[in-house]
Amino acid sequence: MRERMKKVKSVQYPQHEISFILNGKKVSCKTKGSAVLLDVIRDVFELKGTKPGCHEGECGACTVLVDNVPVNSCLFLAVNADGKNILTVEGLLHADGTLDPVQESLVQNGAVQCGFCSSGMAMSLKALVHQYENAHPVAGEIKKGIPSRDEIKKHLEGNLCRCTGYVKILDAAEKLFLNNE
Amino acid sequence: MKNIPHDSASKHVTGQSVYIDDMPVNSRLLTGRVVYSRHAHAKIKSPDLTKAKQLPGVHAVLCYQDIPGHNQMGPVIHDEVCLAIKEVHCVGQAIVLIAAENEEIAIEAEKLVVIEYEPLEAVLELRRAIEKNTLLAPARTMNRGDAETAMKNSFHTIRGELETGAQEHWYLETQSCLCIPGEHQEINVFSSTQHPSETQAIVAEVLGIAKNEVVVETRRMGGAFGGKETQANHAAAWTALLCHATKRPVKIRLSRDDDQKITGKRHRFLIRYEARFNEDGKLLAVKFELNADAGYTTDLSMAILERAMLHADNAYFIPDMSVTGKAYRTNLPSNTAFRGFGGPQGMAGMETVIDRIARFLKKDPAEIRKLNFYGTEKENITHYGQEVELNRLHLLYDQLMETSDYAKRKKEVELFNSKNEFYKKGMAITPVKFGISFTTSFLNQAGALVNIYKDGTVLVNHGGTEMGQGLNTKIRQIAAAELGVTIDKIKVNATNTSKVPNTSATAASAGTDLNGMAVKDAIEKLKSRIGKQLAAEFSKIRPEKPTTVDHLIFQNNTIIDSLYPDRKIAFDEAMVICHLNQISLSATGFYKTPDIGWDKLKGWGKPFNYYSFGMSVSEVLVDTLTGSHKNLRTDILHDVGDSINPGIDLGQVEGGFIQGMGWCTTEEIKWDEKGNLLNHSPDTYKIPSVQDIPADFRVNLLQNVPNPNAIRKSKAVAEPPLMLAFSTWLAIKDAISAVGNHQHEPFFQLPATNEVILLSIEDIRKKIKGN
Ligand code: FES
Ligand code: FES
Repeated sequence: MRERMKKVKSVQYPQHEISFILNGKKVSCKTKGSAVLLDVIRDVFELKGTKPGCHEGECGACTVLVDNVPVNSCLFLAVNADGKNILTVEGLLHADGTLDPVQESLVQNGAVQCGFCSSGMAMSLKALVHQYENAHPVAGEIKKGIPSRDEIKKHLEGNLCRCTGYVKILDAAEKLFLNNE
Repeated sequence: MKNIPHDSASKHVTGQSVYIDDMPVNSRLLTGRVVYSRHAHAKIKSPDLTKAKQLPGVHAVLCYQDIPGHNQMGPVIHDEVCLAIKEVHCVGQAIVLIAAENEEIAIEAEKLVVIEYEPLEAVLELRRAIEKNTLLAPARTMNRGDAETAMKNSFHTIRGELETGAQEHWYLETQSCLCIPGEHQEINVFSSTQHPSETQAIVAEVLGIAKNEVVVETRRMGGAFGGKETQANHAAAWTALLCHATKRPVKIRLSRDDDQKITGKRHRFLIRYEARFNEDGKLLAVKFELNADAGYTTDLSMAILERAMLHADNAYFIPDMSVTGKAYRTNLPSNTAFRGFGGPQGMAGMETVIDRIARFLKKDPAEIRKLNFYGTEKENITHYGQEVELNRLHLLYDQLMETSDYAKRKKEVELFNSKNEFYKKGMAITPVKFGISFTTSFLNQAGALVNIYKDGTVLVNHGGTEMGQGLNTKIRQIAAAELGVTIDKIKVNATNTSKVPNTSATAASAGTDLNGMAVKDAIEKLKSRIGKQLAAEFSKIRPEKPTTVDHLIFQNNTIIDSLYPDRKIAFDEAMVICHLNQISLSATGFYKTPDIGWDKLKGWGKPFNYYSFGMSVSEVLVDTLTGSHKNLRTDILHDVGDSINPGIDLGQVEGGFIQGMGWCTTEEIKWDEKGNLLNHSPDTYKIPSVQDIPADFRVNLLQNVPNPNAIRKSKAVAEPPLMLAFSTWLAIKDAISAVGNHQHEPFFQLPATNEVILLSIEDIRKKIKGN
């Protein structure tokens, strides 16, 4: 048995050294070229808040922010995270332990049932908040006013939830912006 | 009671909730993998595992011969082997198990497993199964009156067929289990299961050990919807076998594709009906034949069929009624529980009958529905003999017709349709009456274990499982209210078979009803013990005015003597006093639903504790050129008694409706001619997204309707709202019907996919030309 284990360790995959900012801290690790960010976050850095709902880029449960843009971390190659700023759901929580307004709004509006989609939802919403508070990372502009319900829907299209029927998630998003106004 | 956020809400949104795949395990953890059949029906030669076993990093490769106990995982009937022996009966049936250092090695090992198949004829269509008479069990019947004779005597007749489709649960967390070996034969099973006691039983059975060696724990599930009532047992049995063989922790988490391919779905039905009615549209007699596609084993099919039969009346009084139910074996994964448990299929048949009668008589279906609702004084006995007590149908109908502005909008829809050729609107109001209780009566029981600690905090264990429905939140609220302490004092433990044994599945919407009562029972015992001690203490304060336990009030973290309110004590201090006086602060509770009884053979009795009611109006817009539709507005009024937590209940109603809407519209499941699931990824199987919900969605709970039959006058909520989605389904049919000015009965199915809608419109256009 022991010999077998040795053999396993000797299997060589081409490794890449990557460094990035993870939830505000500089981190680095070795990874295979084919590894996706989701697995690196969960298995290397042991941050289990980012969920694998499908591993195929269809459900949004694995959403994280890469330089403030929401991405499906199950499709995003870890090597492409090199030099980037990554925010996961664990990084949303404020240093003093209080909830980010996005999280608070989801909780207060009853937008959470089984919770498996919730961290992805929170991250997608955080990205929307960014677009209204900071320069839009892609378009380079700050959006004015507050998003309409239709715009919120468009933004959350890629986040599936099987429990809530989305109503309370939309309510949470709307109230979030109303309170921010 | 109050709206408090879901028990785990802040853990969920901060990523701190722990699901099976998130549990910290030591580096000895192995990954489990299931090698399953690629053929729908075939003989298999004993698989060659030699090469796979030799692959470095592989720790176990098992086939049926390696099972130490019984090769069996059928929950009710033992007709489901854990690993295939000489024959496989569906694509997805497990044949070999692998445990390896990591997933990559497990996948490599799978490629080295050699299985030879000799394909046999497979039955993949329900109609084919009926033809070949692959009955799972003898047909069942429920009869009232003489539908046969009534058929001959009545005025008008309609008859026809309706096909309803399968549905994939698509819980976000796929089937998962982690097993950790203990001392000697002990095994700890962490399973995403709705039924820990059954998971425990099946693990014990396949390992050939006693149940007291197996502990199953379920903290939470990332969604379940019935899909983890029996089929979570499979992943648990497989993981346990690998753990037993390697003596190391093993985890199986099915990939999304594998989960969709190998787990059972909502049963497909073929419903045949015949109905007679008078010129007003009053039902006189109805005959139903319900045929269900069970898949390759029994699983829960017979209970699901029974519930379909019990809901074939939906909300309507039918003087002469006969229902026959048949479940057939096919070469597909064994179909299983799914929110509604057969109820939706039964009701879809009845709602089709009503809809057709209205078109036949050229009346508004709403009118026909109202005319046939169960009465309050008379015409209130179902076709299986239970009285429809506290009937809320009329109240719901009157309120909803008004608040949804039905009459006015119906006219507007007609006007719109008369002016538009390519777009048509449709509207429908549909009711739900759903029986609450397990129809297998003995399952209506629950247990609890409540511990109070010396600091006044409380740990509640109960037999129910949390899958997002908010059960633990409601249990906390119930415990806090019963004990007179604030909610922060109460914690609900992970469900664990070593704390509360022999439980029933968290299913049938009865989780809160049953477990809430068991918790209450435990707390009553504790209050009586605590109260007696404190009454003695209080009486010492003013010995001339002694008090008794009956005068004590538990409220606001204080225990007060109502005779002399100055005699009071903080709850936590009281616990210290009790402990010093050798009072046990731990109690079990138990509950069984009273006054139910059901004769399965005769099909007669009182299977349900009570009924839940709801009603819904939907308006849709159909594009007749593409077959696509939009849900413009849905109004729902739903009865949950005195809600324990209105926020949670509304969430259940909204979520249930949308899930039902998925089943009724976009969630079509297809298999190829070899029995392979064609849409096994989210890419091809469409559950509703945020864009699919009604543009205008108004959901309300019926007010001031306490339910005397359940905990704190509440009502169960989980399943009934799913069937409110028939309003969308039949609104689509109404829009299709408008193409032919309601002169022709449209061909219709469930789900009403774009394709079905287009076909149906084409059919009507042909009929118009033919005239
Ligand atoms: S897990 Fe990444 S999108 Fe589903
Ligand atoms: S809360 Fe369960 S999937 Fe969204």
